[in-house]
Amino acid sequence: MIGWLTRTFLPVLTVLAAIVVIWYAAAIWMNQPFQRDTYVRQGVDWTLPQLVRDTWNQDRPVLPTPHQIWGELERTVFNMAPTSRRSLVYHAQITLSSTLLGFAMGTVLGILIAVGIVHVKSLDQSLMPWIIASQTVPILAIAPMIIVVLGAIGLSGLVPKAIISSYLAFFPVAVGMVKGLRSPEVLHLDLLRTYSASPWQVFWRLRWPSALPFLFPAMRVAIAIALVGAIVAELPTGAVAGLGARLLSGFYFGQTLQIWAALIVAAVLAGLLVSIVGLANRLVLWRMGMSR
Amino acid sequence: MTLPPPLAGLALPAAVVGTIGAVAAPGFGVVLAGLALLASALWAATRRGYWVEGFGALVAAALLLRALPAVADDAGIGFWGCVLAAWLLAWHATTTLSAWQPRAAWLGRLQAVLVPLLFGLWLLVLWELIVRGAGVPSILLPAPSAIGARIAGSLPILWADFQQTYLRAVLTGYAIGCSVGFVAALLIDRSPFLTRGLLPVGNMVSALPIIGTAPIMVMWFGFDWHSKAAVVVVMTFFPMMVNTLAGLKAASRIDHDLMQTYAASYGQTLWKMRLPLAMPFVFNALKINSTLALIGAIVAEFFGSPTVGMGFRISTEIGRMNIDMVWAQITMAAVVGSASYGLIALIERGTTFWHPSYRR
Amino acid sequence: MIDARGLSLVFQTADGPVHALADVDLAIERHAFVSLIGPSGCGKTTLLRVIADLEQPTAGSITVEGVTPEAARLARAYGYVFQAPALYPWRTVAKNVALPLEIMGLPRAERMERVKRNLALVNLEGFERKYPWQLSGGMQQRASIARALTFDPDLLLMDEPFGALDEIVRDHLNLQLHGLWHRTKKTVVFVTHSILEAVFLSTKIVVMSPRPGRIHDVIACDLPRERTLELRETPEFLAIAQRVRDGLKAGHAYVD
Repeated sequence: MIGWLTRTFLPVLTVLAAIVVIWYAAAIWMNQPFQRDTYVRQGVDWTLPQLVRDTWNQDRPVLPTPHQIWGELERTVFNMAPTSRRSLVYHAQITLSSTLLGFAMGTVLGILIAVGIVHVKSLDQSLMPWIIASQTVPILAIAPMIIVVLGAIGLSGLVPKAIISSYLAFFPVAVGMVKGLRSPEVLHLDLLRTYSASPWQVFWRLRWPSALPFLFPAMRVAIAIALVGAIVAELPTGAVAGLGARLLSGFYFGQTLQIWAALIVAAVLAGLLVSIVGLANRLVLWRMGMSR
Repeated sequence: MTLPPPLAGLALPAAVVGTIGAVAAPGFGVVLAGLALLASALWAATRRGYWVEGFGALVAAALLLRALPAVADDAGIGFWGCVLAAWLLAWHATTTLSAWQPRAAWLGRLQAVLVPLLFGLWLLVLWELIVRGAGVPSILLPAPSAIGARIAGSLPILWADFQQTYLRAVLTGYAIGCSVGFVAALLIDRSPFLTRGLLPVGNMVSALPIIGTAPIMVMWFGFDWHSKAAVVVVMTFFPMMVNTLAGLKAASRIDHDLMQTYAASYGQTLWKMRLPLAMPFVFNALKINSTLALIGAIVAEFFGSPTVGMGFRISTEIGRMNIDMVWAQITMAAVVGSASYGLIALIERGTTFWHPSYRR
Repeated sequence: MIDARGLSLVFQTADGPVHALADVDLAIERHAFVSLIGPSGCGKTTLLRVIADLEQPTAGSITVEGVTPEAARLARAYGYVFQAPALYPWRTVAKNVALPLEIMGLPRAERMERVKRNLALVNLEGFERKYPWQLSGGMQQRASIARALTFDPDLLLMDEPFGALDEIVRDHLNLQLHGLWHRTKKTVVFVTHSILEAVFLSTKIVVMSPRPGRIHDVIACDLPRERTLELRETPEFLAIAQRVRDGLKAGHAYVD
């Protein structure tokens, strides 16, 4: 415990503290041109402490300070009914639901495709190169088009966003699972051959368990990228709802605080989702007796 | 495991339906295609000559494509029967081809290229046949030929967008982000305390939706490519730093001891041992970043840009429902993305040829 | 050559202190071939690492060539051969062997000349341009010996260099190592698990015992300096091997 405190906690704390210090310093530097203009316009004489205080508390700062963002979060997260359209909880929940739906669809699709690729040689040879190649394509660029096209045939709301998320999430899962399902050693496969096990048995007793350690890291990547997909998918819908929409409307109206608050919520959401997958990973591996 | 012959067997009735249907409703090309399919399906079902069926399917596909203008938007059962038969035959031919185990190494390599190529080609052919045969509105999905025509017809626009987004924003941001991340990792690595503090933070940040900083960057650096390059810098910095740090830890105890027995300096140890060992990690980051950079620049352009750029074009042409232009841009993005990735992979092969994954 | 007095080394671990070396006295004279033998955990590798300045003693004193191990290391006084070949996969065999010479800043022509000479010494002529991973395990270990010899140190420290090889290859390499030592007149400190290997190669065998690691017995091995594999069947050889085995037994090497 003491070892963990000094080995991990203390360094991380130091780094975070350094970030906050740099942040406040940068806020002074980046906000001061506007502040000095204001002083000149109002004909006020200013002192350095006053300048510092004012640059840290502007209404529309170039770089808002952490305490301002915290204030915005307090206002829009804690002190507002979660059903209100101005509550960030409301928007986060909209983004979260399409992320989760897309993640679930993408994971199932990725696993199914991986199983197909591992068991059918022609799929492996014809499909796998394309799957790998498509990872190099900036898929997110298609997001707005999918939204508009699906909107044209009457699909809107949750499902198109989830489709984009699932499209992004399925790649890492498929690639990771192909690797995982192929991970059993020849020795282990040979052992099951000596028992003349059926392909079904080989799958459930050997391939699937040995693929799990590959599945979870892939799912961590997948859920993070599913969230990115959901946020980007919210950009072209005309800023209706969701964290992406908050980013866009904050941008249109120059509300930097709103942008930063939405960003922080997105970051917290990403951290939570990734940690939940990590936790599930440890739980499953522990139940299977694979953890150390 | 190969797919069973029934696949070829199924193609036979489909070809029959196709031919009869085509004769019933006028369409000379479709009749020819049906006959070709019928012949090769018969051949395949009786003699299993997959070269013949593959060739037959290709000939039929060419005939069907030629017949498209005649049947446009209103293809009858004959057309669809032929499409189905051709597809089944092609599938069977590909399956047989991929099950083939050539003895010569070059034949194996040819097979590894040919199978996915044929698969991709068939996907394009099917796309064209279905979209044009069924008259799918081009707002939903334009045919590949329409996309190709759009690309050929708007090369100057595409070139301008490519310059703005790729040559200016992506390359600048990528170069800055990767090199700063690399140097930062080298510096941080000298302090174990900083490494322990920054590694968890860096890993955390790598999972965050960094692309969300795009509006902030546009506010800070203006509408032109500088703000897009800034987004790319932020997106590529952390993967490079985290990967390089991990790579610098790749040296084992024995490797370090060896250098110590030579009383090698920090610089010698770094240059002769640790950097070469870190190269696979660095290239991994370079590859991840090549995709991230393009995504970052394009999405950042959704938040406003001068009237040029791939992301700008995509968002405005969607508004005008010029979906074929959007597809042209996406095709370009795909080509550029995979070409950059391929180039880096090629350099990696040359540099880290010794790594177990490349040894022959 | 090497003179250790009252050498002790205590590792502080999570489970409390571990006495890797306790009160070790050892003198190794020039041109000797000294084997350190004992069960796992007896500190033989630790002792070798202390000589090489890869580990620092917590008590006692040690000199290598009359100076501290650190000064000896900085003067590049010894070559070290590890349990694993530790060859860099991105360098050819010749470039691997040249690595210490590059670090020491020798001119290119001399590097090439020395590499050639030392590869010949371990019978690896013609493999200069191969990569380590294209070589068998025995050849890799030979290349790593050549690497330790290139800068012509008087002292060779070897940590179970043949431990991971099969017996046939091992016999072969033992013969080659013996010939090498005989021709070059180096001083060798050799860590091993194998009694036969120790007796066959050494002029002196140091039997060590575990918990805490200390020297149990030092056995002179006065077989003729010119040795062949057949020597291992002679009564003199077997007598010495028996003494080593007795020493290990008395040092509780065979007790769990």
